[in-house]
Amino acid sequence: MKILTTVKRVTDPDMKVKIKPDQSGVVTEGVEYKMNSFDEYGVEEAIAIKEEHGGEVVAVSIGPSQSTKELRTAMAMGADRAILVETDADLDSDAVARVLTEIVQREEPDVILMGKQSVDSDRSQAAQLLASYLDWPQATFAYDVEVADGWATVGREVDGGTSTKRIRLPGIITADLRLNEPRYASLPGIMKAKRKPLETLTPDDLGVDIAPRVNVLKFEAPEEREAGEILEDVDELVDRLKNEANVI
Amino acid sequence: MANVLVVAEHLDGALRKVTRSVITFARDAAELTGGDVDVLLLGSDVDAVAEELAQYGVSRVLYANDSAYANYLAENYAPAIAAAAEETDAAIVCAPASTTGKDLLPRVAASLEAGMVSDAISVSDDDGLKFRRPLWAGNVITTVEVVTPVKVVSVRTTDFDAAEPSGDATPVESFDPGVAPSETAEFVSFDQVKSERPELTDAEVVVAGGRGLRSGENFEMIMDLADTLGGAVGASRAAVDSGYAPNDWQIGQTGKVVAPQLYFAVAISGAIQHLAGMKGSQNIVAINTDPDAPIFQVSDYGLVADAFEAVPELTEKLQKLVD
Ligand SMILES: Cc1cc2nc3c(=O)[nH]c(=O)nc-3n(C[C@H](O)[C@H](O)[C@H](O)COP(=O)(O)OP(=O)(O)OC[C@H]3O[C@@H](n4cnc5c(N)ncnc54)[C@H](O)[C@@H]3O)c2cc1C
Ligand SMILES: Nc1ncnc2c1ncn2[C@@H]1O[C@H](COP(=O)(O)O)[C@@H](O)[C@H]1O
Repeated sequence: MKILTTVKRVTDPDMKVKIKPDQSGVVTEGVEYKMNSFDEYGVEEAIAIKEEHGGEVVAVSIGPSQSTKELRTAMAMGADRAILVETDADLDSDAVARVLTEIVQREEPDVILMGKQSVDSDRSQAAQLLASYLDWPQATFAYDVEVADGWATVGREVDGGTSTKRIRLPGIITADLRLNEPRYASLPGIMKAKRKPLETLTPDDLGVDIAPRVNVLKFEAPEEREAGEILEDVDELVDRLKNEANVI
Repeated sequence: MANVLVVAEHLDGALRKVTRSVITFARDAAELTGGDVDVLLLGSDVDAVAEELAQYGVSRVLYANDSAYANYLAENYAPAIAAAAEETDAAIVCAPASTTGKDLLPRVAASLEAGMVSDAISVSDDDGLKFRRPLWAGNVITTVEVVTPVKVVSVRTTDFDAAEPSGDATPVESFDPGVAPSETAEFVSFDQVKSERPELTDAEVVVAGGRGLRSGENFEMIMDLADTLGGAVGASRAAVDSGYAPNDWQIGQTGKVVAPQLYFAVAISGAIQHLAGMKGSQNIVAINTDPDAPIFQVSDYGLVADAFEAVPELTEKLQKLVD
C-alpha cells in the first residue's frame, strides 16, 4: 500500500498573529512555525496504516524551503521519504490541489491522508478539491479509519452526530483531531530522518500554474470585544442579566 | 449569468435554519449582481422542505427528488449542484459552512472551475465583488476577491439573520440533474445525537463547560442551567478530549461557531481557538476560579467563583425568575 500524506508549514497556533501596518499580510519576523496540527494526525494515521498493511509513506509539502523542517518531522515520525514542492508564493487551496494532482499522477498512491483544515488559513478545501480533480472519493473529518479489501470505512465527525462512509481506494481521507494520538519523533527517529530521501521540485517542474483563483486584498484585525466587569456574586449576575442585558 | 444559487440543507425532514441565513446572504449578493436568488433542494421525499423553501420569495425552487439523494454523499451531490448551477445561470453558488457545506462545496468549485471562499461573513461591491472571511482562529479578517466567473461560497451563518417567509409562494420545479450515482462511495450510517435541546447553532442561549468541570457527571449542572433557560449545551475541546462531552458539542475554531444572545463559559480558560467559536455572542458570562483567565477579557459579566457552587446557585435563582 502506498500512502501519501500532506504536511503544511504553518504559524504556531499558540502564538498571537500580528497584522502588518499596511494590511498586506501578517508579521512573519519572530514567528515560530510548525506542522499544521491536523496534518500531524494525518501523518500518524498514514504510518499506522503502513504498520498494519505494509508499504510506503510519502510526505509532501508545498511551500518555502524551510518546510523541509516539517517534512523531516514527518520522516522522524515514520514517513519513508518526502517531496517538497518549493515556492514562496501564497497559495490558495486550489493551487495546492492542482500541484498535488501532478504529484499523485507521478506517485500513484492508494490512499492520501490530509488534514481537515489549515489552522492558519482555516479553509478546509484542498483535499476535497484534489479528490474532485482526480475523480476520487473522499472521506473528510475522520475520527476512525479501517482499511480492508481495497476499501476504507471511515467514521466522520459531522453536525448533529457522527456518520460512517465507505470509499473505494484510491481515495482521500482528512483527519479530525480525535483520529489518533500523533506519536512524538524519537531521537533515533530524528537521526534516521536526516538520511531519508527528500526530493525538491518546483511548480514549474510539474507544469502547474499556481496563480490563485482567490486573491487576498486586505488583512485586518477583528473588532475586539471590551472586557466587561467582574461581579460580586450570583445575585448581582442575575440582576444584571435581567435588568441590564434584558436577556432573562 | 448573475444569479445566486443556494443549496438547501435539511435534517429529519425539516429545513435547517442555517439555510435561511444563507438565503439572506444570497439576497445581499443578488442585489449586487442584479440577479435572482434560486434554491436547490436535493433529497428523497422531502416535499415538506420544498414547500417551506417556496415561502422565502426566491425566483426558482429546484427540487431533485431521488432516492440517490436520500443520504448525503459529496460524490453524488456535487455533480448535481454543478448541473443546477448551469441550469440556473448561477454566478454564485452558496451553502452553509456546516460540515456538509465544507465537505461538499470544494467539489462543486472544482467541477465549475470556480474559486471558493470559505466562511464568508459579508459580501460587498467595491470595484467588483468582495467577500470578508475570518481566518487564523478569528484573529484576522481578510477581504478577498474571486477571479473566476463563477464563485462558490460557504457562508458563516451566524453573521446573517435567518430569512423570514415573504408571502408569495414560488412554484416548486422538479429537477433531474441526470447524474449517475457514484460507485466508489457508499453511505453507511448517520448516528444522530438526539436531544430535546435546541441545536447549538440556532440556540438563543448556550451554556458551555470546560476542562475545569473535571468529569462528565459534573456536566449535569451545565445541562440543568441550559434547560432552565431553554438553551443548548456546548463544550471546549479540552472537555471533549477528556471525554466529558460529545464531540458534537465542541465550540471553536475547529468545532462549531455560535453567536447566541447569551453565552455562559463555565470553567473554560478562553484559549483563542475557543474564542473563535463564540466571541460573536451578544452577552458573554464567564465563571472561572482564576481571575487572570483570558476568558474575562471578552466577557461582559465575570464571576470569579467555583463553578460547583456558583452554577447550582445561579440555576436555582434563574429558575425562580423564569417560573
Ligand atoms: C489547532 C487547534 C485547534 C483547536 N480548536 C479548539 C476548538 O475548536 N475549541 C476549543 O475549545 N479549543 C480548541 N483548541 C484547544 C485550545 O487551545 C485549548 O486547549 C482549550 O480550549 C482549553 O479548554 P478549557 O478552557 O476547557 O481547558 P483549560 O485551558 O484547562 O481551562 C480550564 C479552566 O477551568 C478553570 N477552573 C478549574 N476549576 C474550576 C472550578 N471549580 N470552577 C470554575 N473554573 C474552574 C481554570 O481556572 C481554567 O481556566 C484547539 C487547539 C489547537 C492547537
Ligand atoms: N501548502 C501545503 N502543503 C502541503 N499540504 C497542504 C498545503 N496546503 C494545504 N495542505 C493540506 O490540505 C489540508 C487542507 O488545507 P486547507 O484547504 O488550506 O484548509 C491541510 O491540512 C494539508 O494537509
